Amino acid sequence: MATAKDRAPAPAALGLNDDIGEEKRLALYRSQIRLREAEQRAYDLFLQNLVKGTSHLSLGQEAIAAGFAEAMQKGDLSFCTYRGHAHTLARGVPVEKVLGELMQRDNGLMRGKGGSMHLTSEEHGVMGSYAIIGAHLPIACGAAWRAQYKGHKDVSVCFFGDGTTNIGAFHEALNFAAVWKLPVVFVCENNLYMEYTPIADVTAVPQPAADRASAYGLERILIDGNDADVVYRTAQKAFAKARAGEGPSLIECITYRHSGHSRADPGKYRPEGELEKWKERDPIKIYRERLKQFGISEDQMSDIDTEVRKEVDDATEACKAAPIPPVDILTTDVYADGGWAWRN
Amino acid sequence: MPEITYRDAVIRGIAQEMARDPDVVFLGEDVAKAGGVFKATVGLYEQFGPLRVRDTPISEQAILGAAMGAAMTGLKPIAEIMFSDFIAVCFDYIANEFPKSRYMSNGQTKCPLVVRTGNGAGSRFGAQHSQSVENWCMMIPGLKVVAPSSPRDVIGLLAAAVRDPDPVIFFEHKSLYATKGEVPDGEIVDTLGTAKVLRPGKDATILALALMVPRALEAAERLKAEHGIDAEVVDVRSLVPLDMQTILGSVAKTHRLFTVEENPRLCGWGAEIVSIVADEAFYELDGPPVRITTPHIPLPAADNLEDIVLPTPDRIVETVRRSLES
Repeated sequence: MATAKDRAPAPAALGLNDDIGEEKRLALYRSQIRLREAEQRAYDLFLQNLVKGTSHLSLGQEAIAAGFAEAMQKGDLSFCTYRGHAHTLARGVPVEKVLGELMQRDNGLMRGKGGSMHLTSEEHGVMGSYAIIGAHLPIACGAAWRAQYKGHKDVSVCFFGDGTTNIGAFHEALNFAAVWKLPVVFVCENNLYMEYTPIADVTAVPQPAADRASAYGLERILIDGNDADVVYRTAQKAFAKARAGEGPSLIECITYRHSGHSRADPGKYRPEGELEKWKERDPIKIYRERLKQFGISEDQMSDIDTEVRKEVDDATEACKAAPIPPVDILTTDVYADGGWAWRN
Repeated sequence: MPEITYRDAVIRGIAQEMARDPDVVFLGEDVAKAGGVFKATVGLYEQFGPLRVRDTPISEQAILGAAMGAAMTGLKPIAEIMFSDFIAVCFDYIANEFPKSRYMSNGQTKCPLVVRTGNGAGSRFGAQHSQSVENWCMMIPGLKVVAPSSPRDVIGLLAAAVRDPDPVIFFEHKSLYATKGEVPDGEIVDTLGTAKVLRPGKDATILALALMVPRALEAAERLKAEHGIDAEVVDVRSLVPLDMQTILGSVAKTHRLFTVEENPRLCGWGAEIVSIVADEAFYELDGPPVRITTPHIPLPAADNLEDIVLPTPDRIVETVRRSLES
């Protein structure tokens, strides 16, 4: 595998500003650091028994969430999976809201009614995190259908794992989106494992998403999901296509999760040395090198690191101090009248 | 008053709502150019055009998922699942997605949609195209569940369902499509969660839904004529919300309760109502509540066999008569 250094363009040839530019690169860096710090904190809080229920971390996959979110415009919609912390944070949701939900406190994004797997913040365009594999691909199609019908220019972006490519809803949604030419972008985060089983052991083609694209008349798009620049550029292209009314895209991003599938999983099924090899390709490590090549100093980066850490520290303290949800929200919002009455 | 068929009432109900609100859109298999396999959507494609009335692939998950995504973001979709048995292949949306998104998101997510589906037996289609599955949906918090028995109720309840801010599963009975009923001209809008007393009586309350309603009415006329028993027939119409006030009021008057259910016996809607009546009106009852249901078997295809298993006016008359005489 080529190293990041081999692939990086010579900064001298590009000058210090290419198509991405310093401001956007700093935003991509800040976003990735923020996702990393917030999720590492979630893991620490889990070890302290302060994060309840389950949690599925995206440690090692930050370039995908950051790259897509930075390419999205206000009004674009994100549809996430149970592994949705990173995608939610990347749209600008405060760390406190996410950690509060993981800690099941009243200050959480949904006041503890949804939990880690269902993060939703419609004001930030996060239209839900879906814990039934594949369910949200058709839902993203529907949001895109509304945009098409109403003449809106927003794009629906649907993130899912490699395991999702083997469920029926994936295929129904891809065909549906292609036939109706919907402004939806499907993003497969291929982290090589469905849960505990290598995706290659249970899939008929080597690339679970990209190799299916042709079945739906779509371009085969397979990218390095650990390089935020590559992700960002790919996202921009797919969004432009969607906004131009030219239909959906299916993008497979190769990546690797540094932790297990969920908090219950130490990841012992992975061959020895695999994690270490992928940590060499850590998206944050790659991006720090990239920033240096574009003339951004260590000091600038560590200033960002410090600011982000402070946000995460402050959020942690706020969550620890926050009350648990009051019992009176138990029966609210079952129906649109705000209550739960099913009879008179 | 002019008479129209239940089938034409479906068309009129959808058209009434689509004409009223441009955010109402309609999707399903063979619903647009072909006018639906039951011909219950004929003319809508011509009237409202290809952007609002859309044929889908045979992809029930895509149909319901797309309806949900559209509903969450501002449209008011009507989705058709051709046979209600097919709800089983897209049950995730009915059980996990539509009804839970508002709650899980602490009220952020809305889901104002209608799923119309052809329910029930009588067409000799066998066990996978004939079921009454309203109880599959009744058990899920967050859904509303409606099953009209007459053309007028089809229009009024469909309009109410489309205008309702919650997800509504709307069960049309396949064996009622050809039946006729009086329908006034002009806009019709009914109210979800209201049962209707169709025939007042003093000796027994008979609750029925959809195809069982005309059978209960026929049985009530025969009970009166042949046995002098004056039965009150209540069309439940809406399982969620459930109009227990009307049901309890009827039981308080007649002191006897019978349910006529097309669903197989276990966990049918009548079981829930009987349990509520036992809980809240036990001392009003002069005898045990009796459920008249399809036996707990898959439905057979052969006409003589299918006819035996569904509750009939004969079976209702016999059951009510014997219960009241004992």
